Amino acid sequence: MALAPAPATGRFARTAYVARKQRAEAIARAVFAAMAAAMVLPLLLIVGYLVWLAWPSLSPEFILDVPRRGMTDGGIWPAFVGTLYLVGLSLFVSTPIGVLAAVYLNEYARDSWFTRVVNLAVINLAGVPSIVHALFGLGAFVYAARFGYSILSAALTLAIMTLPVIIASTREALASVPMAFREACWNVGATRWQTIRAVVLPNSISGILTGVILQVSRAAGETAPIMFTGAVFYKSVARGDLFPYALNDQCMALSMHLYTLATQVPNVKESLPYATAVVLLGSVLLVNAAAITLRVFLRGRKKW
Amino acid sequence: MSAAFVKRIEVQELRLSYDSKEILHGISFDVYQNEILAVIGPAQSGKSSMLRCLNRTIDFSANAKMSGRVLVDGDDVRRTRDVYALRRKIGMVAPLPVGLPLTIYDNVAFAPRSAGLTRKSDLDAIVERCLRQAALWDEVKDRLANLGTALSGGQQQRLTIARALSHQPEILCLDEFSIAIDPVTTMRIEDVLKELRREMTILLVTNLTQQARRLSDRTMFLWDGEVVEIDRSDVIFSGSPKSQRTRDYVSGVFG
Repeated sequence: MALAPAPATGRFARTAYVARKQRAEAIARAVFAAMAAAMVLPLLLIVGYLVWLAWPSLSPEFILDVPRRGMTDGGIWPAFVGTLYLVGLSLFVSTPIGVLAAVYLNEYARDSWFTRVVNLAVINLAGVPSIVHALFGLGAFVYAARFGYSILSAALTLAIMTLPVIIASTREALASVPMAFREACWNVGATRWQTIRAVVLPNSISGILTGVILQVSRAAGETAPIMFTGAVFYKSVARGDLFPYALNDQCMALSMHLYTLATQVPNVKESLPYATAVVLLGSVLLVNAAAITLRVFLRGRKKW
Repeated sequence: MSAAFVKRIEVQELRLSYDSKEILHGISFDVYQNEILAVIGPAQSGKSSMLRCLNRTIDFSANAKMSGRVLVDGDDVRRTRDVYALRRKIGMVAPLPVGLPLTIYDNVAFAPRSAGLTRKSDLDAIVERCLRQAALWDEVKDRLANLGTALSGGQQQRLTIARALSHQPEILCLDEFSIAIDPVTTMRIEDVLKELRREMTILLVTNLTQQARRLSDRTMFLWDGEVVEIDRSDVIFSGSPKSQRTRDYVSGVFG
């Protein structure tokens, strides 16, 4: 016996309530989408504005050349290399410490007073303003450790600053590996380290690397910590020289150079500070893009 | 049970609590050489936690506290010198299939490698033997380099069993191994277990009373952290168990 078709009213009727509900849904969606789109706008405006004003100075020569005529003309090579030195050295120090500490905290540590103290330290260290890091670096590395105003002091200060974030992002990456994998390894008599090496690290390495790379941009952009500990207004360096600095030298840096050009040097060519900003921003965006590419590549090989 | 009642595992007054909640209230039982001992009982009765005490993976739960004695071949597991050797002596199969994110080959070779075995020919032999024992070899022999996580659920569970056999355990513990696989695969694994019992001792935790009845020599009924009854399976299932609760549970009155 065939069933009679359901009446057209009832369940699917378009009542006033349904219309209101659908309108609210449409509005909510539009508002959320607009806010998401608004994220792109400031970036485009900033980059567009900077590039527009920097255009007269922008060229490969600008990066390779040294500052000329009392820093009112010429390029930014000493600052560019200085930033490379500072960022490279600081991450060289903070990455191994941060990653290993995070492995300990996530894989070995039990809930004890020691772990709580470490966790508290990590959280609080992450919340310390960069100017306070600068003062700490000045006291600890420049004076107490007698490294003087130097690349070493500045890089170590940056390392302290990036450390807690590297620990946090690494822990997150490690925690994303399912517990069941570890238990399966322990059940067959593997030690914690064998488990970490075979299963945990290979499957969290993309997250760990992304976290580290994102700290490149942060270290490159900071001014205060290096201004107090090792970055200077001007340093004479040969054009295009890749190894102009020793560890105990002072150096120039992009962020510092930008500050100098914008506030300290009279009669500077107008496009010069903007071009410096473009190089700084461009390098940071490039590094971030590399991080995203790496993440996409490694996620494509995700194994479960 | 030809090897006349050699005790492989002796559990004496085992108590286990998580934080302040006690979930095993002093249970005692023995497991004999070459028998299949089924452990039945409803969820939350402490079956899985009991297994974790045997190979001391309970250590990984920071809030767990264990007292009483567990002897494996006469050695107190809490005083054992090499907990990793203890874990290799006991094969453990978890309820949900876990293919490690490694190749099928490496899944099985992981345990022997962890124990220090490196010769390729030895590893090859172990991998083939274990995959054959777990009734998986024919399905995967041509793609050992594929990821273990890419296998189907039933295949992954057999891979888990192959991995549990790879460190040549003398005791095999299965914790509700059939919970995530289909009846046909379950039957195949049950056949595997009947084969394996000749060479090892098997502790089978199961929610399925029918499975316990099909496979086991003896059955233990665990209820709310206590052993209600442990006896020969024919007594528990077809004869008349001593406890009314056991009778009700196995005949489906409750549970």
